[in-house]
Amino acid sequence: MENQQIFSQPMVSQQAENNVTPFFARSRAFGVMVEKELADHIRGWRFVVLVGLILLTFVGCLYVSLSNIRTVFANTDDPDHAFLYLKLITTTDGTAPPFHVLLSFLAPLLGISLGFDAINTEQNNGTLTRLLAQPIFRDNVLLAKFTAAVIIVGVLFFSLSLLVIGGGLIFTGVRIEPEELSRILGFVALSIIYVGFWLGLSIMFSIAFKQAATSALSAIGFWLLFTVFYPFLVNLIIRSLLPDPAYLSQAQVMSYNELILDVMRIAPNQLYTDAATTLLMPAVRSLGPMNMEQMAGAIPSPLPVKESLMIVWPQLSGLLASTISCFALSYYLFMRREIRG
Amino acid sequence: MEMKEAIIKLSNLSKHYGQFVAVDRLNLEVHRGEVFGLLGPNGAGKTTTILMMLGLTEPNEGTAYVCGFSAARDPLNVKRKVGYMPDNVGFYNHMTALENLVYIARLNSIEEKRLQERAKTLLDMVGLGAEMNKKAGTFSRGMKQRLGLAEVLIKSPEVIVLDEPTLGIDPAGVKDFLEMIRSLSRQHGLTVLLSSHHLHHVQQVCDRVGIFVRGKLLAQGDIPALSSSLFGKEGHITTVSTVQTILQPWQLEPEMRSWPEIKDISFAANSIEFSSTKEITPDIVRLLVTNGYDILSVKNKEFGLDEIYQKYFENSFNEDTNNGKSANFFTTNGFTASRK
Repeated sequence: MENQQIFSQPMVSQQAENNVTPFFARSRAFGVMVEKELADHIRGWRFVVLVGLILLTFVGCLYVSLSNIRTVFANTDDPDHAFLYLKLITTTDGTAPPFHVLLSFLAPLLGISLGFDAINTEQNNGTLTRLLAQPIFRDNVLLAKFTAAVIIVGVLFFSLSLLVIGGGLIFTGVRIEPEELSRILGFVALSIIYVGFWLGLSIMFSIAFKQAATSALSAIGFWLLFTVFYPFLVNLIIRSLLPDPAYLSQAQVMSYNELILDVMRIAPNQLYTDAATTLLMPAVRSLGPMNMEQMAGAIPSPLPVKESLMIVWPQLSGLLASTISCFALSYYLFMRREIRG
Repeated sequence: MEMKEAIIKLSNLSKHYGQFVAVDRLNLEVHRGEVFGLLGPNGAGKTTTILMMLGLTEPNEGTAYVCGFSAARDPLNVKRKVGYMPDNVGFYNHMTALENLVYIARLNSIEEKRLQERAKTLLDMVGLGAEMNKKAGTFSRGMKQRLGLAEVLIKSPEVIVLDEPTLGIDPAGVKDFLEMIRSLSRQHGLTVLLSSHHLHHVQQVCDRVGIFVRGKLLAQGDIPALSSSLFGKEGHITTVSTVQTILQPWQLEPEMRSWPEIKDISFAANSIEFSSTKEITPDIVRLLVTNGYDILSVKNKEFGLDEIYQKYFENSFNEDTNNGKSANFFTTNGFTASRK
């Protein structure tokens, strides 16, 4: 009770700051929240486990590809054989899936585990009411959680890819081409966006469900649905609906194939795999079927980066759009909800 | 007489959840510098009212103004001025008390260089100086409440709102806590609104009390005013004990019955109980003394919140006995318990 004079000092500078630059105060509060979320992630065991998992994948894949790189690099039948660093990421001898395929499994796990308890744990611990009673915008809470996790994932993926490049430099002594660098960086950006989608989804579930376990299970259920059941279901339904291909003309078969692919591309993992393959394998010219007329006169050679990017642009926009719709739904659920302890 | 400025002004505030009316056209003013107690049973709508005051939930009808800002339209400015401690106060368990406090201070844009010092001073003040580097997860309920109070104060609020601040703390802790609140309010001119279903706690610290049952504010005012409005018909009750045994019929009774203030007189062996419309204890004592009675004690019956509370529950119970709601169960219990 002795030190109560602290209240009688009005926080003049603080008040002035608030009144003059509300935007500054706002962005500062946002920065503080992101900082705190980052610290929470880094201090937690969950993060250690995830980093361990990804590092293990990375080391395993790199070991497999490095032991095969000599034969792959010398294989002149492959138009991509000269892209040493891309080969490092995509090569496999069949014992383990290549890094980019494994990442398409791990990325959802990463996204889900960083977001599934974002809001509901705070609510169950009674910290959410306290937090929202502070002069901060409600949407900033969601945005801070999302941003912090994306920063973590971004730093992780970025340093992994730099490790691949650095390791490759040391082991092979081959100079990296700007083309390869931009493709690898593009792949990293794509992977971050893909994780962002799962993060957005799991944050949405963490708002919708009160129990962290429920939200984690729902997010994992979604992931399983898209990776395992969705292709299976699409095949089942389309096969039963489509006419027998034996009675169709070439053009009709092509158009039906396009349709199947389009339906498959609703699944975000399909979008990601398509885009990653195109970015990491410069010889990929199209993600759909091509007829003989289109193929005529084409030289089997790698595409320039810009052309590959043009091919994956729809995939990229699709991923971004699904991330944003998850986020929009989260906002809708969260903004007007009554928060009680 | 100082001017009374309404720092919290609720007009016609209502909140429905489907058919259920949680808060029903509430009108309430809390003046600057006073300690106001919102008293009511569980589920009366106290927390909902508080949430609406902070813009944490939207009213269906009516307005809430705090420090001149509308809670629904401008919640950010309201939250800059108001420190709120929820009933189930929780902290980030993996962070220390100091870290928890500093985080909230940062969110309130308190200058970085004064942050640590200020947080430490406050922790000392609430008696957590020695525990400031312990994880908040290890704190007991009472310690969390203290930390909550420090957190509420760190933003230098004009108003502090405490939802059930005494819930789950031991009696000694409650006393300390309430004294702290009281002295803060007195020394720094803080306006305090606290909600509780514990009438003794409220009675100890509050300048004014609002009795809140089933979404309605049944009465408000200071405790004497409440009791006189409620027990006005019974008025003052004075009990005088004498050395001499009062013999029936009492020779002074006709004279006293003729006083306009006296409503009733009842006798026991060595004491007389006077019911009067006004405070006439001195007159009674003077009369008795001049008539040779030796007085042992004079007691004025005071109506505490207990009586007020039960009286209101009794009324509200009588109003809708057919409603068969869980809140009724509570009132019924309170009612029968008061009968003894």
